[in-house]
This record gives sequence, C-alpha cells and structure tokens, in this order.
Amino acid sequence: MAAASNNQPLLEVRNLRVEFPTRRGTLLAVDDVSFDIAPGEVLGVVGESGAGKSLTGNAIIGLLEPPGRVAGGEIRLEGRRIDNLPYEEMRKIRGARIGAIFQDPLTSLNPLYSVGRQLIETIQTHMPLSASQAKARAIELLKEVGIPGAEMRIDHYPHQFSGGMRQRVVIALALCAGPRLIVADEPTTALDVSIQAQIIALLKRLCREHGTAVMLVTHDMGVIAETADRVAVMYAGRVAEIGPVREVVKHAKHPYTKGLMGSIPSLGVRTDRLTQIDGAMPRLTEIPPGCAFNPRCTFKGQRCLVERPNLMPAGATRAACWLHDSGGVGAPILKETVDA
Amino acid sequence: MLAFILRRLLQSIAVLLTVGLVSFSLFRYVGDPINSMVGQDTPASEREALRERLGLNDAAPIQFLRFIGNAAQGKFGLSYRTSEPVGRMILERLPATLELSFCAAVFALFVGVPMGVYTGLYPKHWSSRLMQAVSLIGISLPTFVIGILLILVFAVWLHWLPSFGRGETVMLFGWWPTNFLTIKGLQALILPSITLGLFQLTLLMRLVRSEMLEVMRTDYIKFARARGLTNRAINFGHALKNTLVPVITVTGLQLGALIAFAIVTETVFAWPGVGQLFIQSVQFSDIPVMAAYLMLIGLLFVLINLTVDLLYFVVDPRLRSQGGAARVAGH
Ligand SMILES: Nc1ncnc2c1ncn2[C@@H]1O[C@H](COP(=O)(O)OP(=O)(O)OP(=O)(O)O)[C@@H](O)[C@H]1O
Ligand code: SF4
Ligand SMILES: [Mg+2]
Repeated sequence: MAAASNNQPLLEVRNLRVEFPTRRGTLLAVDDVSFDIAPGEVLGVVGESGAGKSLTGNAIIGLLEPPGRVAGGEIRLEGRRIDNLPYEEMRKIRGARIGAIFQDPLTSLNPLYSVGRQLIETIQTHMPLSASQAKARAIELLKEVGIPGAEMRIDHYPHQFSGGMRQRVVIALALCAGPRLIVADEPTTALDVSIQAQIIALLKRLCREHGTAVMLVTHDMGVIAETADRVAVMYAGRVAEIGPVREVVKHAKHPYTKGLMGSIPSLGVRTDRLTQIDGAMPRLTEIPPGCAFNPRCTFKGQRCLVERPNLMPAGATRAACWLHDSGGVGAPILKETVDA
Repeated sequence: MLAFILRRLLQSIAVLLTVGLVSFSLFRYVGDPINSMVGQDTPASEREALRERLGLNDAAPIQFLRFIGNAAQGKFGLSYRTSEPVGRMILERLPATLELSFCAAVFALFVGVPMGVYTGLYPKHWSSRLMQAVSLIGISLPTFVIGILLILVFAVWLHWLPSFGRGETVMLFGWWPTNFLTIKGLQALILPSITLGLFQLTLLMRLVRSEMLEVMRTDYIKFARARGLTNRAINFGHALKNTLVPVITVTGLQLGALIAFAIVTETVFAWPGVGQLFIQSVQFSDIPVMAAYLMLIGLLFVLINLTVDLLYFVVDPRLRSQGGAARVAGH
C-alpha cells in the first residue's frame, strides 16, 4: 500500500465477490476485489461501463439489489465487519458512518417533501437531536454546501432547485449525520458540464474539512487526476491496477491503464468514449480464461491465456499483469492464433 | 393555482349544462309530457291550454333555460307515477344511497389500500400472491352475483345478517334517516356495503400495489435507504405518499361510480335508495324522476372531481407553485 497507511484503514475490502444467480447459471460480476481506504482519503474508481464499479459501491453500503449478493470476501469499516450484518444493524451504519451519493442526483430527492424535511429526518434518524436542533443543523449544512438564503430555502421543494443546487442538497444529505466515508457513484454524470467541476470541488473541500473519506466512482479521468489521492482501475469485475493517482496517471503499469491514460487528450474526457484500446470489455458470460484483458492486450504471452494474474507490486503501484511477475507473460503467441 | 381552479369550475359548469341538456331532451322529447299528465279522454283544446300554461309551446332554448333554472332550485316537476314532487322523492331516498356508498368507500379504502401496500412491499410472499389471485375474482365477478352469494351465506345459511332493507333507522335533523345509530341499522349496512365496495377494493388494491412496486424502484427510495431511514419511514412516508396522487384520482372517480353502481346493489338488497327509485321510474317511464336522477349523478361526479383536483394541490407541491406542471422543470 502506498499513501497514508500509518494506522488502521477506514475501510478494508478483501476478496469481495458479488454474484447474480440467473437461469443460465451464476454471473460473477465482482471477482476477488480488494482495496483499502484510509481515513480522509479519496479513492478514485475508474473503468469501462459494466466493470463492476457500482456493484462494489453498493456492496459496501449494503444495498445490492437482489438477486445480486455478496458471495465471498469481507468488508470491514473501522475494523468491524459489515458485509454480514443484519439489515437493521446495517441501516444504522448507512447515513451515519457511510454516506452515499448516486448517479442521478436529480432524482435522488423525494419530490413531495421539502429539502428541510428530508434533511431533518435523516439527522434525527441518526443523531439524538430535537426538532429545532436538527433544523439548525440542516440550515448550517445548506449554508456549508453553498445554498444562498438557506433559512428560506430549507422549506422549498426539490423542484424549486436547479440541478446543481439539488446536487448540493444531496451532498448535504449524504454528510448530514457526519459519516466517515462517502460512496459517490458518478455524482456529476447527470449534471451540466459547466457545473460538474464546481460540484466535485465542493465535495472534495467538504470531505477534507470533515475528514470524510470518499470512494469516488467516475468515468472522468480529469476528475480523478484532480481529486483522488489514489485510484483503482477496474476491468471485468476485477481491479486491474491500484496506486497513488500520480503514478497511475503518469506511469501506468497495466497495459489497460496505459491505454486509458495514454488517451487522455485533456481533462474532462470520459473513459467510455475512448477508442484507444481496440475491442470491448467482455461480457460477464464471456470472460476468457487467464487474464481477462488478454483479447485486447498487445503484450500478452502464452501464460496470459491460461493463468489469471492477481495484483502484484509494479513500480509504485500494484497491477494484475504478468509483465510485472518474475515469471513474465510466458512464451510468445504465434501470429495465427492472434485475432485481427 | 386560482386560475386553475377557476378553469376547473368553468369546466364543471359546462359538464353540468351538457348533462342538463341530455336530461332536458329526455324530459321534453321522450313521450309527450301532456299525455302523461291528463286522462285519455281530455279534449284537444284543454290539452292545448295546458301545453300553453306549462310553456311547452315556447322556443326550445327558452324551455331549456327554464328547465335549468328549475333544476338549480331542485324543482323537477311531479312524478308521473306517484304525482309527488320529484325533488322531494329524491331527497327522501338520497340519505340511504349516500350512507351505503360512504360505507362501501370506507370499506374499499381501508381494506384495499393496506392490502395494496402489503402486496407491493412483499410481492413474492405467498399471502401477496393469494391476495392477487383472490382480487382477480373480485374484479371479474358481477356485483349482483357477489350480493346473492353473500345473502346466501350470511343471511340464508348462517342467519347472521339481514338480506334486505335498511333495518332500523333514526331520523337526524328531522329529515335524514340514518343507519348509523342502531345495531339493526348497522347490521343491515354490512352486506350491501361489501357487495358495493368489493370491486373498488380490488381495484384500489391492484392500483396501490403496482404504484408501490414502481415507487420502490425509484432513485429517491434508494437514496432514502442509503440515508439509513427506517423501513417504516421509507414505506409509509416516502413510498406511500408518492402513490397517493393516482390513488386519490381513482378513489374520486370510483366514489362517483359507487353512487351510480348502487343501482344494482340496491336492487339486490331492496335498499330504499335513489338507485332503486331510478329502476322503478324506468319501469314506469317516469321521465321526470329519471331526468332528475341523471342531473343528480352528474352533479355528484362534478363535485367529486373538483374535490380530487383540490386534493392534488394538497399532496403535490409541484402543482402548488403557481404555473403548475409547467414549472416542474425547475428554474
Ligand atoms: N441485476 C443484475 N443482474 C445481472 N447482472 C447485473 C445486474 N446488475 C448488474 N449486473 C452486471 O454487473 C456488471 C457490473 O455492473 P456495474 O453496475 O457495477 O457496472 P459499472 O462499472 O458501475 O458500470 P457503469 O459505468 O455503466 O455504471 C455489469 O456487467 C452488469 O451487466
Ligand atoms: S497479464 Fe498478459 S494479457 Fe493480461 S494485461 Fe498483462 S500482459 Fe496483457
Ligand atoms: Mg455504475
């Protein structure tokens, strides 16, 4: 591990597996994923659509939608195992210890309740405050997230706020009971490009001030480069590479990450639009044996076709690639077996 | 909001005038009113004099206006059958129908909505599946069959409940006979209310269920879970409230339907309400009563719809802010 692991990590994810039982067999959507998040740290998570980012986040907050389920591994928060807690125990942790922000903040608010009511109910669910104390805290939070006229706005309904303002309310809601970790799943994807940077900056500033760690899922490499302390690159349900953001961006070790990073023409470009790497991520039912990336990899050897690499030290990062193993990728692959 | 209510009021008046036109046409042109009033051997000159006196020779629009004017004051002329004032006949029978419809609506709401919530929250539970299956029967069996079955079981076999009539009533304010103040009256209400309300109950249950299923999939419910709210707060606060708008709509429409459909139930249970009166007047071609009944049902539908529109404002803040739906997009 690189950055800030002098004491216990806030969150430990160990060998996490998420699967979906279906009629045609069980789909393994998250396969053996491990990472830590230190207190106050921002971990960026990137990867193509379907890589398993949201499922990993949902597993952490204990809100996998059935039939999806955690099929193996452990998730620990402040040393306490949380992946096998009963619903009611986990509910008390959600909002209080782990907050969440979802893909579409515009629809995250209940249209029939004022933002004040939604803030106050969340605060009172987790903190022993009176109605007036909770309201004072709610106003305080609205001010903190930069909503002008918070005292008056608290009685307004979601439709009376613009997209960016609603997003600020959502951030206030995620933070209102003082969680130690926020799982933010593409928090700006649904927003106007012009306000995305503002919102990310706000999230980052608030989390720094409150000492809140963030797991920031995004397609936007620019956001990662600016915001994250470390970054995890996911591919086909596994972590392909993880390390300090500078190292991963500038000196990527995994061929997939190299492809991703090599193709950042400027900040604000999304990974799903990149065509640098030929081919597409395999579907869950078609993940090849060996390294999942091998059909698209130009460095692959015989070993990559049969043996699956786990994360291994690679320079200043850790990468799941045989290139960084003393044994190497194995014998070269003959031309005819390579798909054009 | 004020503009919206004004618009709705104007629409309501237009609807009432249309219904008025239909019942006026019925009254004026189906059969000859004079024939129904005088004897077979009345001379033509006398008939003509009566015709003149009643204004039946005036231009149709004038007659229509006079009809509407009278209707607004509750004057619908005399019944061909009993020669009583129609307004009074209807007023005497209205309490019976209103009490029956009210009980049926309460039954449908207070049983149907909780069942809908339950089946929506636990769609896979065996009891939910059972309720779904049973509700199909409720929806597809005709009202009179349900009524007759209930009579067979609870009145004929078990002798628990009366099979016809209102039982014992007590006069309220000197003119409203009520079932609610005597045991016998209440007992008499049970079977007809269930019969009348069963269809709306199943309808409501299925509606609430599908709305609930939909709402539970929304982002704001997922976010409410992520905020750690209790299941109680999520299910009965956030989710149920979001199903209310369609529930209010359907309840409103069904309340009108209840009063209208009371015709069948009142016939099966010999319930002395306006529905039964209507059936009798159809048998006797008692046109004034039929016309008045039509106007009454029209008026009730319009009143209920207005109430429903106002309830929308209470429930949904997006409608409350001035321009209504147009501003939902935000500013
Ligand atoms: N209910 C489900 N049943 C079956 N498979 C599912 C289900 N939900 C998700 N998956 C699969 O799990 C995989 C990972 O999904 P996930 O939502 O985590 O992707 P993601 O990395 O967040 O992608 P995106 O960038 O599009 O949000 C996908 O291949 C998806 O098809
Ligand atoms: S393990 Fe082999 S196939 Fe996989 S990324 Fe490394 S070189 Fe390419
Ligand atoms: Mg996702």
